Amino acid sequence: MATVLSLPASLAPPLRDGRDFSVFVRKTGDGLAAMDLAVEGIHCAACMRAIEKGLGAEPGLKTARVNLGNRRVRVEWNPAQLTPGRILDKLDAIGFKAYPFSADRLENAEKREEKRLLVCLGVAGFAAMNIMLLSVSVWAGNASDITPETRDFFHWLSALIAIPAALYAGQPFFESAIRALKARAVNMDVPISLGVTLALGMSVVETLNHAEHAYFDSAVMLLFFLLVGRVLEQSMRRRTRAVATNLAALKSEVAQKLMPDGSITTLPIAAISPGDLVLVRAGERVSVDGVIEAGQSEIDASLVTGETRPLIAAPGAEVYAGTLNLLGALTIRVRAAEAGTLLAEVQTLLQRATETRSVYVQLADRAARLYAPVVHVTALLMFLGWLAMGIGWHDALIIAITVLIITCPCALGLAIPAVQVVAAGALFKNRVLLNSGDVLERLASVDTVVFDKTGTLTLPEASILNIGDIAPEMVALAGRLALTSRHPLAQALAKASGADIPLPEAREEAGTGVFAIYNGLPAFLGKPEAAGLGAEAQGMLAACPSASLIALTWGDQTALFALGQALRPDAATTIARLKAAGYAIEILSGDHAAAVKVAAEALGIKTYTSGLKPAEKIARLAALKAEGHATLMVGDGLNDAPALAAATVSLSPIEATHVAQAAADAVFIGAGLAPVAAALMVGRRAKAMMLQNLWLAVLYNAIAVPVAILGFVTPLIAALAMSGSSVIVTLNALRAGKRGAA
Amino acid sequence: MNILVFLVPLALMLGLFGLFAFIWSMKAGQFDDLEGAAHRILNDDDV
Repeated sequence: MATVLSLPASLAPPLRDGRDFSVFVRKTGDGLAAMDLAVEGIHCAACMRAIEKGLGAEPGLKTARVNLGNRRVRVEWNPAQLTPGRILDKLDAIGFKAYPFSADRLENAEKREEKRLLVCLGVAGFAAMNIMLLSVSVWAGNASDITPETRDFFHWLSALIAIPAALYAGQPFFESAIRALKARAVNMDVPISLGVTLALGMSVVETLNHAEHAYFDSAVMLLFFLLVGRVLEQSMRRRTRAVATNLAALKSEVAQKLMPDGSITTLPIAAISPGDLVLVRAGERVSVDGVIEAGQSEIDASLVTGETRPLIAAPGAEVYAGTLNLLGALTIRVRAAEAGTLLAEVQTLLQRATETRSVYVQLADRAARLYAPVVHVTALLMFLGWLAMGIGWHDALIIAITVLIITCPCALGLAIPAVQVVAAGALFKNRVLLNSGDVLERLASVDTVVFDKTGTLTLPEASILNIGDIAPEMVALAGRLALTSRHPLAQALAKASGADIPLPEAREEAGTGVFAIYNGLPAFLGKPEAAGLGAEAQGMLAACPSASLIALTWGDQTALFALGQALRPDAATTIARLKAAGYAIEILSGDHAAAVKVAAEALGIKTYTSGLKPAEKIARLAALKAEGHATLMVGDGLNDAPALAAATVSLSPIEATHVAQAAADAVFIGAGLAPVAAALMVGRRAKAMMLQNLWLAVLYNAIAVPVAILGFVTPLIAALAMSGSSVIVTLNALRAGKRGAA
Repeated sequence: MNILVFLVPLALMLGLFGLFAFIWSMKAGQFDDLEGAAHRILNDDDV
């Protein structure tokens, strides 16, 4: 008997031809093509060498350079000799999976801003060091025998360095201050800009008058310290953005586009536009939103709507990116959101939720609002007070300005960014990526955690729920049989069992299951009814209502596999931890009641609601808000996106749909839920540190201001006070990242 | 003390030279991959 060895889909060589990477390829000036690749599995110098040497041997390849810092490779090649597909194949052969990507606008903007701040920091650092060199000479000379001419010379040199340096390096602050003033608001940059300008102006006037003291060093040092804070903040933001771009590329979402001539081209999602026809085969995830043009199938929409029961899909029906095509091939007409579809509804809700979300005022801005008027009024009162005491307007003005210089919020400006950077680093280690710095403060205010069920509390991929009840050799056999099938449930079973060698003579009968002979006995994997296990199946369905069943018979042995979305491995411990920490926990799910109940009971969550539409999720969050609760929403589906935007703060797993991820404040990576708890703990700790730092800054001012008011502040004291307070605040911030926070 | 008129600006020039070196290396992408460079030095391909 002739046997046809048919490779299962997962082992068949992937489509090599018709791949189109043109959206990722850039032309360089000298006729070469260039592309950036995010590469999985670069860990060490050896990987770097393997890639660079391996690719370098390829004819037509000009350069291949690994960036070990962000796990990327930049390749340049001669398009006449080489195709991008060939480069990817070569990397695959060396053992690295590479995914092309193009850095998005946002990442490029972050990178530019970081470079600009670094140059500003370099200029401020250069100026601060050299002026300090001159200033120390003057201070030492004032105490001994410096001649007035030498002192004036040093002061003029300082001015020559300080004025251009401050004009250049101070730009980020001046711009931000002007923006704030235009919006009729006050932020930290207003007193900073004012302090720097006044210090420079006064010093020039004093130098003209051959005075003993000038404050050039204070002005520039202030800028230097503040820029250190800004650079740290910016580099953390840029790193987060780079990791996010890599992860998006690693998802490597492609679509099979049906060309007008009937051929099929594999294109990255970015190159698909509304109106295109896309083919989705059985077992594939739908990667676009659209309407079915042809084909009949069932769709698993659990990641999108939370509903775990499959839906019937026929021409004219809507499908959404992220759903799983279970049975037959579908041709889908891609389209943008139109009125009346779920996608459009979600987008309207999303917009409304974003608009009505109460504007959170960052701690730093609240401090600035209190701080700026107090300081400016104090300085003015000092001026008037000393004038009334009759010391002359010149001396009174100098005292008023020294008050402004010494209170210039050096420590205050570092107090919050330093904590944000350290805490974001701690979260990074806990596999949480923040979208912005103020997320930490909002995390700290949370008292209620609201979870979506499907894909958030449960794993996005199906696994064997009753694996403990089945003999290991039956699991292994089922896995090998399942390798032959294209059905998504069978593929999930194969993956969960870890099987990798299909049975040689297995054949699939569509709609029934897989038949094979194993060790001389007939084996069958498929529908329970076809295996004569219908009655057992009913019993098992009663126990786990959200599971899908597959039966295995081998000789006279039988087994029934319950496949379903298992809870994330550490979901129970994480929920218990959150409860112990005093958070109220709630589930808001779009899934049917029985499935939600099982999950809620397994996790010990008392409050849960099922079958919710996106608008109803928002309504529940609004109700919680009205009761005075601050909510953390954790969700992944398209239907969660509005709720994510409406909550005080929100988290998404990295597998979440695009819309949900864009609405969330932070993204976590990995199979576990532990990052959620870690984010809350780090947030609380960070907020405590920020407050502590603000109090330290207040304490510093409480000591420094009276000294300045009495007119005792010399440039030497100002320099010591400023650098001292900045260092103390920064050291305190480092505690936010301690291991204990995790 | 007149020597200061030459020496101090000279010192500043040296400092400026350092600053420009920093800005150049920044723009040339020398700081784009801080980890890789540390390992690259151990490669002996050219020898």
